[in-house]
Amino acid sequence: MSRAGRHRGGAIRLDTWLLRHLQVALASLGHLTRAPFSTLMTAAVIGIALALPTGLSLLLGNLQQLSGHWDGAASISLFLTEKSTLEKADRLAGRLRARDDIARVRLIDRDQALDEFRTLSGFSGAIDALDNNPLPNLLVVEPTPLHSTPEAASALLDELQALDDVEFAQIDLQWVRRFHGITEIAQRTVLILGGLLGLAVLLVVGNTIRLEIENRRAEIEITKLIGGTNAFIRRPFLYSGLWYGLLGGLIAWLLVSLSLFLLESPVSQLAGLYESQFGLSGMGPGAFLLLLAGSALLGLLGSWIAVGRHLSAIEPT
Amino acid sequence: MAIIQFDNVTKRYPGGHEGLSGVSFQIEAGEMIFLTGHSGAGKSTLLKLIGLLERSTRGQVRVAGRNLTQLKRRHIPYHRREVGMIFQDHRLLHDRTVFDNVAMPLVVAGLGHRETGKRVRAALDKVGLLNKERSYPITLSGGEQQRVGIARAVVSKPPIVLADEPTGNLDPELSLEIMRLFELFNGVGVTLLVATHDLELISRMNKRILTLRHGRLLQHPARGGHHHV
Repeated sequence: MSRAGRHRGGAIRLDTWLLRHLQVALASLGHLTRAPFSTLMTAAVIGIALALPTGLSLLLGNLQQLSGHWDGAASISLFLTEKSTLEKADRLAGRLRARDDIARVRLIDRDQALDEFRTLSGFSGAIDALDNNPLPNLLVVEPTPLHSTPEAASALLDELQALDDVEFAQIDLQWVRRFHGITEIAQRTVLILGGLLGLAVLLVVGNTIRLEIENRRAEIEITKLIGGTNAFIRRPFLYSGLWYGLLGGLIAWLLVSLSLFLLESPVSQLAGLYESQFGLSGMGPGAFLLLLAGSALLGLLGSWIAVGRHLSAIEPT
Repeated sequence: MAIIQFDNVTKRYPGGHEGLSGVSFQIEAGEMIFLTGHSGAGKSTLLKLIGLLERSTRGQVRVAGRNLTQLKRRHIPYHRREVGMIFQDHRLLHDRTVFDNVAMPLVVAGLGHRETGKRVRAALDKVGLLNKERSYPITLSGGEQQRVGIARAVVSKPPIVLADEPTGNLDPELSLEIMRLFELFNGVGVTLLVATHDLELISRMNKRILTLRHGRLLQHPARGGHHHV
């Protein structure tokens, strides 16, 4: 007959099942709103814990975007040999453009370079005194982002250096290496921090749910007594965890947005000093949804752990 | 057909105390039976074995064709839905109305909203508390609270109802009222097993009696009225 019972349960139509879940979800939300202060406290702890790694990774993303503006950092300057004419330089540039590890090639011809130098340097008199143009033709090669890592850029540099027409190839790799090193450390720090604080969220939710289970002990006992399945008893607590997570995620989003708002004007001031158009970019809808999904999942997981540990300990006597 | 059957059942608690020792008996479907004995004689233990609040150490318990000794943990809830239980201390939830308390077994079983309302009101009507459905248990008298407990035990129409000292805290008049209520349910085919040490009450009911002493069943074919412990 236990089978019959399960079949009866299995025969419940899907919309009824969904309706029941919706009811439980709303009921546990109602339960939380009846103690708004303590609910908000718990959600705030979760929010702060999540805001920290979220904000840091957002800043890191901005920093990387900023470094993207300095494409020059990884660009390679090819000084061509004196014998190499403008046509030859042009042909070489064409060949290089065809490669798929190179994004752009800019040809700076020697006459044009000299003119520029004359107007900008203030040595026009000295330059006019020269018999011939001492500057070589120059190709500025920008690798694709994929090939801008120190290793790839340095391999490309070696390859280009070996070309016939190239006298000398140069790249400021030291700087690129350092920048990559720093961002890697920062990235890993954010990851570690995120992991630790995610664990903290699990513990906070787990502990809150544990207390809630303790408070509703009588209800759980009686529900088991009248034939409530573990799934039935578990459900409201799991939804509580989910709501805590979602609420915490929303608070984290608010905190991060507020922080970005506060940082915005000093950052644009600083960028102005560097004559840059750079501005902080906030959280896109994708990242926002990811944050909410992540926090909800953490809440659910935390309550799942608490429920698994503590519900089975409560048996009617 | 026996709906409850004990075969040489022993329940030993951790520490060695035996709540029941080698108990065997049968209860037919549709019977109403009293279980009596001093406190500590094993009445509650016997009821708990039927509701699977505890498991026997030895021997076999069969309820409604099901061998409880082998029943898996995850099937226990479905078993309990067919055994209504009534307690001396009512075990009501005090933060819920009478209606919500009585509705619990139906909610647990996943019954629809409408059907639940209909059945809860029918059960409350039977125990005479239809006008109290919006009250909280704490505002009711002891007898009324016990009737709420009874309504909750029968609302899902289980074939078996167990009552553990249901009249323990009630005066004789109210106790008799409760017993009349049980007879009413018994009249529609519910098997009832009522544990009580109120011999005075039992003697007025003319039902079969099981007597426990120190965990053992005393043999007596007697019916209420001329039975003395």
